[in-house]
Amino acid sequence: MTATTRLIVGPFNRVEGDLEVTLDIADGVVREARVTAPLYRGFEQILAGRAPDDALVIAPRICGICSVSQSMAAARALAQIAGVEPPPNGTLAADLVLACENAADHLTHFVLFFMPDFARAAYASRPWHKIAVERFAAMEGTSQRTLLPARARFLHLMGLLAGKWPHSLALQPGGTTKSVDPGERVRLLSILADFRAALEQVVFADRLETIAALDSAAALQAWTHAAPAEHGDLRLFLHIAEDLRLDRLGRGPGAFLSHGSFGLWPSGVVMDGETRSHDPAEMTEDLTHAWMDGPTQPDADKNGAYSWCKAPRLNGRVVEVGALARQMVAADPLARDLVAISGGAVKDRVVMRLVELARLVIAMEGWVKQLRPGEPFCLEAPLPLRGSGNGLVEAARGALGHWMVVESGLIQSYQIVAPTTWNFSPRDADGIPGPLEQALVGTPILPGETTPVAVQHVVRSFDPCMVCTVH
Amino acid sequence: MSALAADDVGLVRALERFGIRLLWHPSLSEESGAEALAILTAAAEGRVRVDALCVEGAILTGPNGTGRFQLLSGTGTPVSRWVERIARHAHNVVAVGSCAAFGGIPMAGGNPTDATGLQAGGLQHDGGLLPTEFRSRSGLPVINIAGCAPHPGWLVETLADLALGGFDAARLDSLGRPRAFADHLAHHGCSRNEFYEFKASAAKPSDRGCLMENLGCKATQAPGDCNIRRWNGYGSCTDGGFACINCTTPGFQDSGAPFLETAKIAGIPVGLPVDMPKAWFVALAALSKSATPQRVRTNAHADHVVVPPARKPPKAP
Ligand code: SF4
Repeated sequence: MTATTRLIVGPFNRVEGDLEVTLDIADGVVREARVTAPLYRGFEQILAGRAPDDALVIAPRICGICSVSQSMAAARALAQIAGVEPPPNGTLAADLVLACENAADHLTHFVLFFMPDFARAAYASRPWHKIAVERFAAMEGTSQRTLLPARARFLHLMGLLAGKWPHSLALQPGGTTKSVDPGERVRLLSILADFRAALEQVVFADRLETIAALDSAAALQAWTHAAPAEHGDLRLFLHIAEDLRLDRLGRGPGAFLSHGSFGLWPSGVVMDGETRSHDPAEMTEDLTHAWMDGPTQPDADKNGAYSWCKAPRLNGRVVEVGALARQMVAADPLARDLVAISGGAVKDRVVMRLVELARLVIAMEGWVKQLRPGEPFCLEAPLPLRGSGNGLVEAARGALGHWMVVESGLIQSYQIVAPTTWNFSPRDADGIPGPLEQALVGTPILPGETTPVAVQHVVRSFDPCMVCTVH
Repeated sequence: MSALAADDVGLVRALERFGIRLLWHPSLSEESGAEALAILTAAAEGRVRVDALCVEGAILTGPNGTGRFQLLSGTGTPVSRWVERIARHAHNVVAVGSCAAFGGIPMAGGNPTDATGLQAGGLQHDGGLLPTEFRSRSGLPVINIAGCAPHPGWLVETLADLALGGFDAARLDSLGRPRAFADHLAHHGCSRNEFYEFKASAAKPSDRGCLMENLGCKATQAPGDCNIRRWNGYGSCTDGGFACINCTTPGFQDSGAPFLETAKIAGIPVGLPVDMPKAWFVALAALSKSATPQRVRTNAHADHVVVPPARKPPKAP
């Protein structure tokens, strides 16, 4: 028998928030992994007892990168309680704001968080390393230097429709607070045109439509080899993925959940090869290994606990959320094909995020054109003194849910289940590891590595947001 | 993350113009795990020069003063200890955002995590993690770039100003906020100023009228140049159609009333401009209300211009 050694890895930078991973290693691979969220924030306690609309102020401030997703979830929960539905303009504007955040997050993840690891000296001998350094060396790469300004310009859409980003109050239960006049509609289209140009030039080296239409692993493979690795950042990644076999790294639980978004991608669950509808009542939160005594009661000394993150389960099962999950549930042929081949690995998550980025921008262009200046953007949404509602949203990194109960005109309870709570959950009562914990098993560790690079690829492939996880 | 879009060129480039290099940034640096800890340890031991220690987020001291709600990954040590150790050697200590400055949202309600600011916690401003007498090597107290989130420009300009030299205590207000932005009010330059003058007020979200009377706008008391400079190219809170919640001020998270309604006593808003006699405000408001043009009154309750400004008919030749 070979000896098992233990390695604690953290802090992880280039993830939003704090994260620590404990790895048990034998024969050069990870045998077991435990994922620890070392921060507790208590937002659900803060929300209880406040005016219901205050959730629109407090919930977005859980996080600097999924701020709008939190807003949208809170607004939807309130809308359900009030029994209102926003007018078409309000829905379009809110979708534009959410899509802008999702798209910006996908880009940020790829350019700033994920790709810089390939510029590491550990890969100096690989044929693509020189291009990776040129484009993605942290803080210096040429792609970052072009795409960060492009992202900033893209976020002008937030300035226009949401006042600012992050932390806007523009998304309300009855619609959005900012109407759009004909001139502003043109400005929105100009912003999107600039963003499209940057993506088509730097990220894809191709038309967005070509990327959005990729419909099988073979089509992706053909596209990859239609040009040399330096033609577009996506292509560079695909060449790297082939060389490092990223289709074999970080295989998740193979079950997927999506709340559905924008009317583009439906809500549902893929489990055991079947697609079915999602019933939020099937969700439970297991606290066995979380430093929690009750849903909102922290206990830092709890026996057997190792994370502030709870373990949400669907019908008792571990599920993965995110762009790959969204596209799996939507029966997207490319996602289904990739998962059929690899079971859902690092490469699949990254590819589907970028394909989704292309699709989002195309959809946004259409929504702006559908805006009708002069018609209402927001309806009044007076709240009854009691009621309950939920707001189910897809943040960039996956399914986000808010559950609110109002009693005597005040929030009685507020529960939040964030995407990374699903993906980075600890073990449950049956000892079943969470998605990342499963995905890390089998990850190779090179001799002498203290911050193993393959582990980082796996962790970052989920685009974790730890601050939301532990709200 | 708001700072990533700084000056439309991104944080790194915006700072580079002033010769500022990031030693380590949790979102931007390559170094992770052991490599990152090596940098932080060197900083904590004073082996590497730190011109400015920038801290984002409130300091969580709970439960029971242990700091275990917020451990630095891979170290088992509370983040608060690391901040204290690095602050001892840093030339300047900068709190980025109202959470780091004053505790902010995590302090709301019962303050479940025992959150505090770096040097000013809560409403009393009587010391946070660091004592009131704390001065960094430069002789300055903690510089509080308040705001939730702060404007990226506030951060970049403050750091650049520090790098240029000559940044002294006179550049800070009594709460340690750079006066460059804190000497303004968020109300200055709001596109709703004409509605404010006539107290033509929005009644529901998306109305064009002033948000002060009914919808909770506190910008006439809120430090910030939010409506003089733009956010994300085009916006501001009030331009976006929603209230300023005074997020640059300690205690904003618990103002005692719902955020999106104006607290009133006998029909008069409680939070009036601080440097104006209340009786005058009420008298002027009554007067201006009676003089409100039909155009302003009508447009205040619509989400687009219904009545355009009247034009003088062209003079006959
Ligand atoms: S909406 Fe607020 S900032 Fe704008 S004019 Fe009214 S009080 Fe001033």
